[in-house]
Amino acid sequence: MALSCSRNRYLLLMAQEHLEFRLPEIKSLLSLFGGQFTSNQEIYGKSPFWILSIPSEDIARNLMKRTVCAKSIFELWGHGKSPEELYSSLKNYPVEKMVPFLHSDSTYKIKIHTFNKTLTQEEKVKRIDIADGQRELIESYSVKKRHFIGNTSMDAGLSFIMANHGKVKENDIVFDPFVGTGGLLIASAHFGAYVCGTDIDYNTVHGLGKASRKNQKWRGPDENIRANLRQYGLEKYYLDVLVSDASKPSWRKGTYFDAIITDPPYGIRESTRRTGSQKEIPKGIEKCPESHVPVSLSYHLSDMFFDLLNFAAETLVLGGRLVYWLPVYTPEYTEEMVPWHPCLQLISNCEQKLSSHTSRRLITMEKVKTFENRDQYSHLLSDHFLPYQGHNSFREKYFSGVTKRIAKEEKCSQE
Amino acid sequence: MKLLTHNLLSSHVRGVGPRGFPLRLQATEVRINPVEFNPEFVARMIPKVEWAALLEAADTLHLVEVPKEPIEGYEHDEKFLKKMHHVLLEVDVLEGTLQCPESGRLFPISRGIPNMLLSDEETET
Repeated sequence: MALSCSRNRYLLLMAQEHLEFRLPEIKSLLSLFGGQFTSNQEIYGKSPFWILSIPSEDIARNLMKRTVCAKSIFELWGHGKSPEELYSSLKNYPVEKMVPFLHSDSTYKIKIHTFNKTLTQEEKVKRIDIADGQRELIESYSVKKRHFIGNTSMDAGLSFIMANHGKVKENDIVFDPFVGTGGLLIASAHFGAYVCGTDIDYNTVHGLGKASRKNQKWRGPDENIRANLRQYGLEKYYLDVLVSDASKPSWRKGTYFDAIITDPPYGIRESTRRTGSQKEIPKGIEKCPESHVPVSLSYHLSDMFFDLLNFAAETLVLGGRLVYWLPVYTPEYTEEMVPWHPCLQLISNCEQKLSSHTSRRLITMEKVKTFENRDQYSHLLSDHFLPYQGHNSFREKYFSGVTKRIAKEEKCSQE
Repeated sequence: MKLLTHNLLSSHVRGVGPRGFPLRLQATEVRINPVEFNPEFVARMIPKVEWAALLEAADTLHLVEVPKEPIEGYEHDEKFLKKMHHVLLEVDVLEGTLQCPESGRLFPISRGIPNMLLSDEETET
């Protein structure tokens, strides 16, 4: 009994950031490589030490080639709460498995990791390195170094986590309907997917207009999405970007995308828009008369998420994933507010705090049912629809919180 | 704009529905962009292609050596895949227009980027 338990067990050393995002990332990647998530450890919570059973070393290696949440992986030979327990646990580990590492000319070292200085080490492991995770990706793809950024460019680590939640793999087609400066596409392209995107903002897609990096006035000719991919040697994965309204997509009927990975506008730093019937042309567009942006309708956030889910249900391949950020006013958040669709199954929901009363949640969904036209209207019948309305007032609530705080601070400084 | 993308685009002008495909292509500037050949990716795209629309667009651009249809066993036919790779991914329309076949509405392409925006009156509800 003890023997079979100790076979194929690995210890993962996890990075201590984006805590909530780690478990869905590891689960998604294991599923991508043909493994299944099983474990003896019940609570992961804040611990950096995870024990997993992985059916083969190949799967473990593939996992480490992709993960940004795990730092290293080790074959687990024994563990225990005391040196005596550890010793007897090690004695039970099959000797045949140790033999490849016990040549007289091979060396080993013992490293001790602790978590929370108040604890003495809970586990010691004989360390045989298998692989280290992909955390150096975060540094090489850091937004600071990227040529073309916008106001809301995503932190590099999170963009890789999103691609992993999306189970992006080589030769996939990944689409971003709110592509902005293309930051999310870079992570997918890095994992070998071909990428495309749309955005309603003509200037952003073309790389024109005010630059978002401090001290820069205009975006140069090397600032656009294609140039960003070129900077990282990923230009061959660039398919196309289009100027388009995500609420009025221009794709012919069919399923094309293996993953849709996006960060829709929340209406705070970038405005939420869609094309409307008013003829008023916004300032700054005079330079590009052909951009034809008769835009001024504010896009209700709940409509936007509904459109996004419908779009995903229609255009994703079966088994394809939608990964997106949902802004939330924390005091009123309930799980029922997470948008729902009959064709999409909720896989994970991870929170990242933005401020004292707002956060955003990374939602991952998987298409499990073929889209039929009548699914478009099912939301009207569902009582899930009503809580969506809360998203519409996200902008008001965000700003009301800020203005109240400013008023309070001014009052305090006057006293 | 690559021909793979053109093959997936449709007009969403109100009332047009499936007759909005394919968009009629007019190009004033085209560039051939070498892209690294990836046979697995090209093979994955073949089932998604609407062949008549592709041939029409290729014809407009005066492309030669365009396969007329997918051949049996195409997944392993490197010659076939290389030709498809060139047509789908290496031909880039930089300037031109896409026209809705039903309504005649024009969508401009500039710097390789199509602009599909319409006003509310023009689009489906």
